[in-house]
Amino acid sequence: MNVMTRRAALKLGLSSAAMLAVSPAFAQLQITVTGGNFTPMPIAVPNFASGDPSFGAEVAQVVRNNLTGSGLFRLIDPAGYPQQVGDPNQTPAFDAWRTTGADALVMGNVERAGQIQSSLRLWDTTAGAQVTGKSYGTDPNSWRRIAHMASDAIYTGLTGESGYFDSRVIFVAESGPKANRVKRLAIMDQDGANVQYLTDGSRPAITPRLSPNGQLCAYMVFDGPTSSGIFILNLGTGQTQALGRFGQMNFAPRFSPDGRRLAFSVTNGAATNIYAIDLAGGQPQQLTTGSAIDTGPSYSPDGSRIVFESDRGGRPQIYVMGAGGGSGDRISFGNGSYSTPVWSPKGDYIAFTRQSGGQFQIGIMAPDGSGERILASSYHAEGPTWAPNGRVLMYFRDPGGNDGPSLYAIDIWGRNERRVATQGYASDPAWGPLLS
Amino acid sequence: MGTTLPLLRFGKGLLMAVLLVAVAACARTPTTGVGNMAPGEGGMGAGTPGSQQEFLVSVGDRVFFETDSSLLTSDAQSTLQKQAQWLQQYPQYRIVIEGHADERGTREYNIALGARRASAVVNYLASLGIPQNRLSTVSYGKERPVAICNDISCWSQNRRAVTVLTN
Repeated sequence: MNVMTRRAALKLGLSSAAMLAVSPAFAQLQITVTGGNFTPMPIAVPNFASGDPSFGAEVAQVVRNNLTGSGLFRLIDPAGYPQQVGDPNQTPAFDAWRTTGADALVMGNVERAGQIQSSLRLWDTTAGAQVTGKSYGTDPNSWRRIAHMASDAIYTGLTGESGYFDSRVIFVAESGPKANRVKRLAIMDQDGANVQYLTDGSRPAITPRLSPNGQLCAYMVFDGPTSSGIFILNLGTGQTQALGRFGQMNFAPRFSPDGRRLAFSVTNGAATNIYAIDLAGGQPQQLTTGSAIDTGPSYSPDGSRIVFESDRGGRPQIYVMGAGGGSGDRISFGNGSYSTPVWSPKGDYIAFTRQSGGQFQIGIMAPDGSGERILASSYHAEGPTWAPNGRVLMYFRDPGGNDGPSLYAIDIWGRNERRVATQGYASDPAWGPLLS
Repeated sequence: MGTTLPLLRFGKGLLMAVLLVAVAACARTPTTGVGNMAPGEGGMGAGTPGSQQEFLVSVGDRVFFETDSSLLTSDAQSTLQKQAQWLQQYPQYRIVIEGHADERGTREYNIALGARRASAVVNYLASLGIPQNRLSTVSYGKERPVAICNDISCWSQNRRAVTVLTN
């Protein structure tokens, strides 16, 4: 652990120079994660003050779940709080809060008045200083978002990084026996709440990806020789459009960071190559050539490069090429095979699935292939997707047999692996952007 | 499915029933056509000459692959030779080759691998004189397993290409 201040703490990839640029109050209390010996920061979150006290309690509970679920915080048991309900407009009695063991304290309020409005202050109890103060609002139909916005403000205040709580995940909801699974697209809040089904399951839908603004979903329908292909669903209107049909099979759709293009795979005979098409129209451009399997494209956040998997060298490995195509440079050199590369929205890592020693693994490496780190390993684990802040990954694990897959999340330090609760089986998660 | 499966025969008549019952979690894909059935399955007769059932029972509709491979084994080649002979005798059928993969690969790669397997079968049947215009392919990746369990014997049954006849 790297002690930078009175309380060492969580540094989520920020350089110390960047930290110095922030306000002095901010620098008082922060968390630094650099290795395995990290201790979560003790934090107290009293109920939010509200004209409807049970609503204030519900909001606070969502915030607590988010913060502890991140693995970066340890919640101080509310039973021992000197004050059960928060008040952002008063300076807390720091002495009393220090005795609970809390280093950080969240005081919030929330009211329903047409819009839902909320304010919070985040305090450093030892320094007796404010870390963050923020007010925000949302429409009355999505009250949980208020709690997610509060959680993001707290996360940012204490880590210096953008948050990821106010975001959604699209995935494949699976049901029925394995040999004949019903596969429907569904979308939910990142914490598993507010599940909505987007397709009816009459045709299997797999590998959804959200556009950068979260409005479109590209996915593959998997339904026999004549009706398989890539479709684009507009989440606002509910309308679905076929991408068109090129070669024999089209799959693995991925949006470019500007949302204007879609990269995908096309099979012709034994070969699978990567193409990209302008979503406004036109013919696709072929980006890779040859007789190998090239698939799993993922754009760099600046749109200039594409990482993909190819078995041109024998087993599947990870390559990086320019967004206009080309031969590509291999970046994965470890044991086993590598697939499903995904470029972090921060640009600093590429996440992947590795198969080695009879196990599936989720890992990350720098875009030049250095610093490979395996985060999780099991009988099966596949398809990592990045939280919008590039510090958490979600993926799916399938125990095999007649069981079905579940979603899991883990942070980029390999800590805090946890199951993301869904009603039934779930696979192919794709994390969308921050909503606010 | 439970343990009351009918006897399944694979490849050259290898009796798999004991194994399937032993793992107690195996299932067969509910058929979407004859393409998902194995020869000898369900106690059917040989069928009338030229029928899909005859193709299933007397010829065999599928070939199997090694892990992450699309090379046709000698067993696969001999099955496909019998298929080609039969298909030449009954030119009224069009043929869809379904490529499949086992669950020990990632979803999208397995779609491509299934396509590569289907393509290997199409090329071989074409080399034996079946016109290309009777042949088409589709890959199901790892999405349509026929045998379900988490051991190597099941995976090998799922790495397959199935010859499906359509009129």
